Amino acid sequence: MKKYIDQGKNDTRSGFGAGLTELGRTNPNVVALCADLVGSLKMEKFIEENPERFFQIGIAEANMMGIAAGLTIGGKIPFTGTFANFSTGRVYDQIRQSIAYSGKNVKICASHAGVTLGEDGATHQILEDIGMMKMLPGMTVINPCDYNQTKAATIAIAEHEGPVYLRFGRPKVANFTPVDQKFEIGKALMLSEGTDVTIVATGHLVWEALIAAENLEKQGISAEVINIHTIKPFDGEAVLKSVKKTGCVVSAEEHNYMGGLGETVAGYLATTHPTPQEFVGTNDTFGESGTPEELMAKYGLDNKAIEKAVLKVLKRK
Amino acid sequence: MPKLQELQDLTIQVRRDIVRMVHKVNSGHPGGSLGCTEFMVALYNEIMELNEGFDMDGNGEDLFFLSNGHISPVYYSVLARKGYFPVDELNTFRLINSRLQGHPTTHEGLPGVRIASGSLGQGMSVALGAAQAKKLNKDSKLVYTLHGDGELQEGQNWEAIMYAAGNKVDNLISTIDYNGQQIDGATEDVLPLGDLRNKFEAFGWDVVDIKEGNNLEAVINGLKEAKSRTGKGKPVCVLLHTVMGNGVDFMMHTHAWHGKAPNDEQLENALSQNPETLGDY
Repeated sequence: MKKYIDQGKNDTRSGFGAGLTELGRTNPNVVALCADLVGSLKMEKFIEENPERFFQIGIAEANMMGIAAGLTIGGKIPFTGTFANFSTGRVYDQIRQSIAYSGKNVKICASHAGVTLGEDGATHQILEDIGMMKMLPGMTVINPCDYNQTKAATIAIAEHEGPVYLRFGRPKVANFTPVDQKFEIGKALMLSEGTDVTIVATGHLVWEALIAAENLEKQGISAEVINIHTIKPFDGEAVLKSVKKTGCVVSAEEHNYMGGLGETVAGYLATTHPTPQEFVGTNDTFGESGTPEELMAKYGLDNKAIEKAVLKVLKRK
Repeated sequence: MPKLQELQDLTIQVRRDIVRMVHKVNSGHPGGSLGCTEFMVALYNEIMELNEGFDMDGNGEDLFFLSNGHISPVYYSVLARKGYFPVDELNTFRLINSRLQGHPTTHEGLPGVRIASGSLGQGMSVALGAAQAKKLNKDSKLVYTLHGDGELQEGQNWEAIMYAAGNKVDNLISTIDYNGQQIDGATEDVLPLGDLRNKFEAFGWDVVDIKEGNNLEAVINGLKEAKSRTGKGKPVCVLLHTVMGNGVDFMMHTHAWHGKAPNDEQLENALSQNPETLGDY
């Protein structure tokens, strides 16, 4: 299989910060808003270079979503920054009415998604956000896998007209995608070709999927690994093409298996090419405090969980 | 004020539009619509500086956001009679495939509307964003909003009220339809609002009371006063004292007509109190 090299661990939120900084220099219409989490979202450089284009909202996320919607009227491209929990569940109706239904060009940028937020525990570890956001008509949902991809995605969504949910995280993780990559919204990336099973992964679990594929290769199992960074619009054709070859699929995400990528994969395949599938995701549960690694292991989100799911799905072919 | 009679005539015609619209589909919100008729007529025809036609960005013109979207009948009538869309289209209010949804939206592309509203408490935040965009664009025009008084029970308003003063958003005039009524009864009984003037002032706003919110001349003068207070470092609040259902005697001074349509007989009664002026749609 194709080998990927970790260029040095980094956090996806810093990829967002770097992308936003670049946008500050290249796109005068980009403005940023934050609800008292500037440091956590790595927005300092953008603010330093563009103080007039930054809006500190305070701890008032509902107001932030409304202000972002309003800023689009007059041609601005607002990027809101707060934790994923406060970017979605807390403000669902504001996003629904003032942004999605109103068709506003707001980029909802959400850090600290999933259990890898770590020690802060379940109040902050949202595992339902992809589901909530993908159900909103017109919303684009993106969950990049590493620093480089998050930076590229941040830059790309400024060029996309319409509301976007961009999900990323807190921990430093492997940075393995190309530094100069072009990010195409809605386009799945074939990371490694294989013949026995398709692993469709998003976010932090893409690297875990690659490790799992390496381990499986040692057992004589050839896994195809696809990076789905855009959950909506979903590149169903890429997945369909792969499963027609492999005959089974494992979906992997740091999210409740209900409402996430896996459900999108299952829904697509059920109507086009019914395929045995196993889900790697949290199983209808809240998270808890712990280190990211401990939590990934306990909630079945690491490469071992993916490997196990592959062995299971292979038996169902 | 030479235009005053024309605007009075328009006010009566808008009232006819409101009751006819809600009667036709046996649904909608006449009470708050009738109470805000003078305000909406004055705002669009005497106060706001508007460009010809409509584009979403609204650069170089004043903007208006209706936060209490359920009073869509008065909004649609005033927009249509201002020329944003054909007056005949009022016939489609709340019908399938219409641009005139039960609550206003941009979704069907109705000219004049810049945000969806209906779920309460969101309009002021949106207006703040638009006001900040105007400042970034060096656009000296103003942003207006309208809110129900009961709507202030939604907490998001107070986030916005705090933000507006803290950030000196002084190109914003937010009007509160102070009629003291909401769906379940008097605001005083449902959840008392307290002293709104003191609350807004304590948050750092400049407050203008329009005591006679159903007197067209008083509304115009009050809004001109509010306008004169913009650009001075504070957001401006207008407390518009209105009577819900104003202009149709049996709908006045009660919450009963918040979201209820008149029957045939009641429609005739309401129309007889507001004889046709500019022509029905």
